[in-house]
Amino acid sequence: MADQEHFAEQAMPFMGSLYSAALRMTRNPSDAEDLVQETYLKAYRAFASFQEGTNLKSWLYKILTNTFINSYRSRRRRPAETDLEDVEDLYLYRRLGGLEGASAGRSAEDEVLDQFSEAEVKAAVESLPDTFRLVVVLSDVEGFSYKEIAEILDIPIGTVMSRLHRGRKALQKALHTYAEEHRLAVPADVP
Amino acid sequence: MQPDDNPTDSAPSSPGKEAKLLDPCQDAVATLYTYLDGELTSERRREIKHHLDECGPCFRAFGFEADLKALVASKCRDEVPESLRRRVADAIGTPDANF
Repeated sequence: MADQEHFAEQAMPFMGSLYSAALRMTRNPSDAEDLVQETYLKAYRAFASFQEGTNLKSWLYKILTNTFINSYRSRRRRPAETDLEDVEDLYLYRRLGGLEGASAGRSAEDEVLDQFSEAEVKAAVESLPDTFRLVVVLSDVEGFSYKEIAEILDIPIGTVMSRLHRGRKALQKALHTYAEEHRLAVPADVP
Repeated sequence: MQPDDNPTDSAPSSPGKEAKLLDPCQDAVATLYTYLDGELTSERRREIKHHLDECGPCFRAFGFEADLKALVASKCRDEVPESLRRRVADAIGTPDANF
């Protein structure tokens, strides 16, 4: 059993990552602040039920995602899941010419990655439907394992993997739109 | 394999009785994320690693996906507003917000 008086010192260091995740989820600073505050308040009140020695970060994320799903999740219809079906593996890499001929040293595709701004990457993540966005944030941004994500979201590991797979494809499709904009913004070399 | 081979070519490289054997490049691409997420068994991980050591196109494709994953992680960080720190500290009755 965890002691409430030690809650702050143990839980506060996670505020940065919780707030970043909350921003990706709500897409709105004011809602993100409310969500994080509510998460900390719930966690503080329930801290006695937290098993010391288990993963506090996972436990906080479980409260965060549950609160988001129950209270903040957009009622607005997101793009249908079927929209994501036609995206193939290595979507972005293929479109950046990654499979055409090998070259030594730093490749063109890697330079394209350098051109993505922070705002673009955030917008691409935030463009994903809720279901996919949550697993992508938990895995790619927060580095949780499949098993931890399954426990946080209370879904089977197989579901974590399929959502992650499809979410990442959708993310690549969104990023490709920005890559195209960059390409068009730079005038092609005219001989 | 040749450098210009497509590691994700969906057609088996040879028909007939060998068609059931998964092309090593297809096998690698199918497990790409599980590999990058560190979720493969050590035996599967060794197999894929071995293929990447031998196959330039797959090695580059994996490198790109690893860089992309790192990019997403590094660009999705936000600074906590001071007002939020204070609100949380107040809510849980902690006088000192300097964590």
